[in-house]
Amino acid sequence: MVDFDVVSLPETDHVAEGDTAPDFTRPLVNDEYWEDRALADVVDGPTLLLFHPMDGAFQGTYLYNTVDDHGWSDDVDVLGVSISTPYAHKRLLADRGDGVRIFSDPGADVIEEYGLAHDIDGMTGITESRPAVFLLDADRTVEHAWVASEHPEFPDGEAIDDAVADLVD
Amino acid sequence: MSEPQITLYRLQACPFCERVVRTLDELDLEYRSRYVEPMHSERNVVKRVSGARSVPAIVDRETGVTMSESANIVEYLNGTYGEGGA
Repeated sequence: MVDFDVVSLPETDHVAEGDTAPDFTRPLVNDEYWEDRALADVVDGPTLLLFHPMDGAFQGTYLYNTVDDHGWSDDVDVLGVSISTPYAHKRLLADRGDGVRIFSDPGADVIEEYGLAHDIDGMTGITESRPAVFLLDADRTVEHAWVASEHPEFPDGEAIDDAVADLVD
Repeated sequence: MSEPQITLYRLQACPFCERVVRTLDELDLEYRSRYVEPMHSERNVVKRVSGARSVPAIVDRETGVTMSESANIVEYLNGTYGEGGA
């Protein structure tokens, strides 16, 4: 823990528990190729939808290490979203995120729609995503939602474990 | 959503791939694009479906045909879906 206040992010009207996760179409990257896919077509069971800062930032690295450590992709479909290009996603998936697929949203329109936009100081013109976790059922109903309110802030792996267990049991 | 019957494995900005796209558009055929990496060694999915790592490659579930080489593909598409085709 640090002995100073971390940066708080402003209140945001984000997608929340009980909402239907908004549909979108973006290139979806797996470890072999990418193609345009609609979220509504990809979600056919319990799905963990993870928004994260651009590939290469340590937050994404930690996130996918956590995904692998907890083995969530064994129990649910795990989908990521970041502003990075498909090429960057492929490099990320070569190292971690076993079984994960990641949407590419460079214009951050999906990120904006989910209420997660974050303008990073000192990177003019780049709209980032706050870290956020949405656990969806097969109808895209949000069963569990967490959105970062500090910068940086990391999702609670134990809370996600519990939410996944509740949904798949 | 109905899935297009034709899948095109392509590389961004590959002129041979764009040639195939032009033919698909001319014939008003629906297709899905799967983009792969420039590095040959990174194209195992193409090798698995077509037997070779070269792009473009198409898979046509309508006819069961899988094919590489843009000239072959264009000829196949025109012969199958063009004027006077089957």
